Amino acid sequence: MITFIIQRILQSVLVMLTVALIAFGLFRYVGDPINNMVGQDTSTEERAELRERLGLNDAFLVQFGRFAINAAQGEFGFSYQHRRPVSDLIVERLPATLELSLVSAILALFIGIPMGVYTAIRRNGAVSHAFMTLSLIGISLPTFLIGILLILFFGVILRWLPTFGRGDVVEIGGWTTGFLTASGLKSLIMPAITLALFQMTLIMRLVRAEMLEVLRTDFVKFGRARGLPDRYVHFVTALKNTLVPVITITGLQLGSIIAFAIITESVFQWPGMGLLFIQAIGEVDIPVMAAYLVLIAFFFVVINLVVDVLYYVVDPRLRVDRADSGGH
Amino acid sequence: MSLLDIKEMRVEFPSRRGHVVAVESLTLNVEPGEILGVVGESGAGKSTIGNAVIGLLEPPGQMTAGEVYLDGTRIDNLDDAAKRRIRGARIGMIFQDPLTSLDPLQTIERQLVDTIQMHLDLDQAQARARAVELLDAVGIPDPNIRIEQYPHQFSGGMRQRVVIALALCADPEMIIADEPTTALDVSVQAQILDLMKGLCRDRNVGMILITHDMGVIAETADRVAVMYRGRVVETGKTEQIMGTPVHDYTKSLISAVPRPEKRLHRFPLVTYIEDATELGDTLDLATHWLGQTRDYEGEDGDLLQADNLHMRFVTRHSFFAKHRLYLDAVDDVSFSIKTGEVFGLVGESGSGKSTVARMITGIYTPTGGTIRFAGADLTALKSRKEAAPWRRQMQMIFQDPFSSLNGRMRVRDIIAEPIHFHKMASSKDEAEQIVHDLLDVVGLGAQAAQKFPHEFSGGQRQRISIARALATRPRFLICDEPTSALDVSIQAQVLNLLKDLQQELGLTMLFISHDLPVIRQICDRVGVMRHGKLLEVAETENLFEDPQHDYTKHLLDLMPKFVGFQELTA
Amino acid sequence: MLDSDIWYSFCRSPVTIASALLTILFFIGALFAPYVAPFNPFDLASIDIMDASLPPFWQEGGSTKFWLGTDDQGRDMWSTIIFGARVSLFVGFASVIFSIIMGVGLGLVSGYVGGRLDALIMRIADIQLSFPAILIALLIDGVARSVLPRSMHEEVAFYVLIFAIGISGWVQYARTVRGSTLVEKNKEYVQAARVIGIGPAIILLRHILPNVMGPVLVIATIHLAIAVITEATLSFLGVGVPPTTPSLGTLIRVGNDYLFSGEWWITIFPGIALVLLVLAINLLGDWLRDALNPKLR
Repeated sequence: MITFIIQRILQSVLVMLTVALIAFGLFRYVGDPINNMVGQDTSTEERAELRERLGLNDAFLVQFGRFAINAAQGEFGFSYQHRRPVSDLIVERLPATLELSLVSAILALFIGIPMGVYTAIRRNGAVSHAFMTLSLIGISLPTFLIGILLILFFGVILRWLPTFGRGDVVEIGGWTTGFLTASGLKSLIMPAITLALFQMTLIMRLVRAEMLEVLRTDFVKFGRARGLPDRYVHFVTALKNTLVPVITITGLQLGSIIAFAIITESVFQWPGMGLLFIQAIGEVDIPVMAAYLVLIAFFFVVINLVVDVLYYVVDPRLRVDRADSGGH
Repeated sequence: MSLLDIKEMRVEFPSRRGHVVAVESLTLNVEPGEILGVVGESGAGKSTIGNAVIGLLEPPGQMTAGEVYLDGTRIDNLDDAAKRRIRGARIGMIFQDPLTSLDPLQTIERQLVDTIQMHLDLDQAQARARAVELLDAVGIPDPNIRIEQYPHQFSGGMRQRVVIALALCADPEMIIADEPTTALDVSVQAQILDLMKGLCRDRNVGMILITHDMGVIAETADRVAVMYRGRVVETGKTEQIMGTPVHDYTKSLISAVPRPEKRLHRFPLVTYIEDATELGDTLDLATHWLGQTRDYEGEDGDLLQADNLHMRFVTRHSFFAKHRLYLDAVDDVSFSIKTGEVFGLVGESGSGKSTVARMITGIYTPTGGTIRFAGADLTALKSRKEAAPWRRQMQMIFQDPFSSLNGRMRVRDIIAEPIHFHKMASSKDEAEQIVHDLLDVVGLGAQAAQKFPHEFSGGQRQRISIARALATRPRFLICDEPTSALDVSIQAQVLNLLKDLQQELGLTMLFISHDLPVIRQICDRVGVMRHGKLLEVAETENLFEDPQHDYTKHLLDLMPKFVGFQELTA
Repeated sequence: MLDSDIWYSFCRSPVTIASALLTILFFIGALFAPYVAPFNPFDLASIDIMDASLPPFWQEGGSTKFWLGTDDQGRDMWSTIIFGARVSLFVGFASVIFSIIMGVGLGLVSGYVGGRLDALIMRIADIQLSFPAILIALLIDGVARSVLPRSMHEEVAFYVLIFAIGISGWVQYARTVRGSTLVEKNKEYVQAARVIGIGPAIILLRHILPNVMGPVLVIATIHLAIAVITEATLSFLGVGVPPTTPSLGTLIRVGNDYLFSGEWWITIFPGIALVLLVLAINLLGDWLRDALNPKLR
């Protein structure tokens, strides 16, 4: 178990270093950082001096090391566009994105999984067919279009819900939350649904496919042949076996919620990291792009680690080494 | 009234090309404590019976006529809930593949206890005690410890024992076992059959034993029902069916089973079965292209010589050498094959016999030892180009007729590929002609050339494989379990074909099989392998009559003592 | 036999037939846009600013000349949608082909050669897979924007976009093909070819490739839908195709600004077109997957 986790952590560190390298490459070599920091009228000597002071003349590895160490401490320098430390911007924007992603993830999981199980068990029922058709429409609707349609309907025509922003937020120890105000919650509804819908249909279809696969296995047939009731076969035998592959892919899906938040945030002008990032791309604001990249990679690595550990807990075949299994 | 009565059962599978009748007017009965063997070849409908009795036919299959009585009560017209209460509680099932029959994510204890509590009114501790008792009864050592383990911690034979224990959870009166030993090695098979026989006797359980294997039936069953294309053609006491069968199909079937106790010149032909074709004698092989241009006539002595062969596989990769795990699949094996002889290699699964074949043909590169073929050291050859002339002289026939042919290619292209590759024909027309002749030789006919492999049965595909192997005009043919995936009647035809070709073309053969009777019928000399080591090499008759190594004796003991009726084979 | 089974299942599913018809219509529209569309939205001479922001014909002020209305510059919505779908499909197709070539090639090599090369390719695939395609495409697009001078953006935007979407999708092909290759290469027909003496390149191309293409076809269909969505999303975010050759996504982005002023048709009609296109392709892919999967029959 411990070797396994250490192995995974080492792998994660490797991934983080790779991403940091890409981010550093972006930061250092795409465009000239000095040009972006100083005004037009700065003299060549001043530029050279700044270059020296910032360590841009040091060896590549030294520069990268400095970048990585700073990044590990959350330091990504100054945003070209906002003229403020990137870390400040991130801290300011992070709660919005995390709250939105959390609510969406909960929606996607708690609706998607039961729907998947249901459509697998009642494979030929009318409700299942309706769910399947809806889910196809669901994966055919681009996230931004869902947002636009919701805005048009509930925002413009019915005027029930706010169409942009987070509403009023409460600050608790540096964390701004929209959970505690009525307008904050109201503002959250449409973005959360927008973000959750695509993932939800994906999770539902995935769970259904995996469950159908398991229901065809010999051990399910043998379970039925021993007189185990459907309830047992479906929810004890099949569901547990379905979970093994579902955990992996669901983990990845949850990760992509944070990335898809970029789209949702830009449709609803939600003041999160995604909006920051997309504006940074438009303005070629490299430090912000680099920071976002590293941060997202960090989230993914953590999610993957959790998924691996969960996998380990669910599947005994990974826990027990084959070598010490009994013979004839 | 018997324990189980099946009357005039008919099972249909509706499909868009009309209804397929899997079982028709089937009448069977089983008494308490009796083992009824249901034997038949693939497609005979024998597996459908078990599923129909317990009401678990795969949709869209359904029982459209007939009645099933358990202990005098009709059970086929019960509702789902009532049927479920019969399953496991009164009728237990055992499936073929123990590796996939158990839930991999639950302990043996959980699976046993849940099943027991589903049927019997016991509390957790009582159910567990019963589970341990059952594991003990099916011969699992240390049941108290092993009950807490997961299925993957058990070997195949042990898992099948667990499956049997699960089937016995609620003391059923009746057990239906569907090919329970087919996936197991002979030595394990014998143990499982003994166990099942003992359980039926001791617990007075009636059993339907469904199998394709005449040897298993002869060893185990009290009575036999022979099925052919969905119908029972004959039932009777085992000795009567085996000794004095009445129906033509039964006679054919029994005569096709390879005889373990003596060597015959040829396999008796199964006359009852349609599309049984013999070697076409339209071609005189001695004067034909196939036999003619053999540039290596007159060489005597050893054609192939293997010295100290060694093959090591890495089973667990690791950056650190000490964490790596190895498997010595073939360990210091030496033997030689004389020109014109048929050399057999026999052993259970995992003995390394197929690995030897793959090293000779160059699919694997040996990690040690040398292979000399017609005087050349094959292991010293550097490139594919250098090896090509030798590759041409040795060809291989594989086990699985369904995967040994590329399904995306026409039969013509499959057989022509080696001809073109080795540039053995001067023109496309000549190649085409060779393909047609080859298809004639193996008894398929030239019109087969235009078709795709999936249009053929298993036996026919194996003939295509043989034609492909002959296309390079080899002098050395390796047959790796060429008939173990085939029904006995088809097996007899294919073996006859191989025998004829071997004699007429003067081929040297390496014949690999786990099936001792087949080995006895085909081979001149035999080597016995176990765990990668070659234990004993002897003339076939000597090996069977006077085995030297303990393991050989053990294998021969386990060989089903199937002595069929004498008329046809005499 | 297999083919006729597929044809049979096709004929029995009205939804599939409808979606196939719809897809074909979109393809014809895309291929022959200049002939199919009533106006050329890029021909400045034919655009009259007086026609700007006309609603669809059934609303007050609408005209049958522009039956889906016009946008803020007076362009016929119906025509812009046809030309937009053309751009969307072109980018989608090109990216899918890019992904297939890269993914199938790497998957075949990875599965057949094995060892360190396999480990390397699959490690890269794993890392990439942990990032959503849209993020990778965004990033590549973003980097390309920063590296290239602004004047070049429009010229190369198409290629950058195709590269970005294409490279974000190769992993799935590579993994699937690698898996099938691992299965196929141990099958006896491949061993038979090796026994004959045939070399790896020919074995891969002649024997293994045709046997692993089935799943690739299914993935490609569904991937086309995803690629179209991704392109639309990137264009919606303003980092996709150049505004001079608007795709459906660009049209939605532009129309989005007029949503609140009541000119809903400028964004909704391209949106409906996009959803219909993607839905039809998805339905086809769904059917194809079931039809090619013998276990479900």
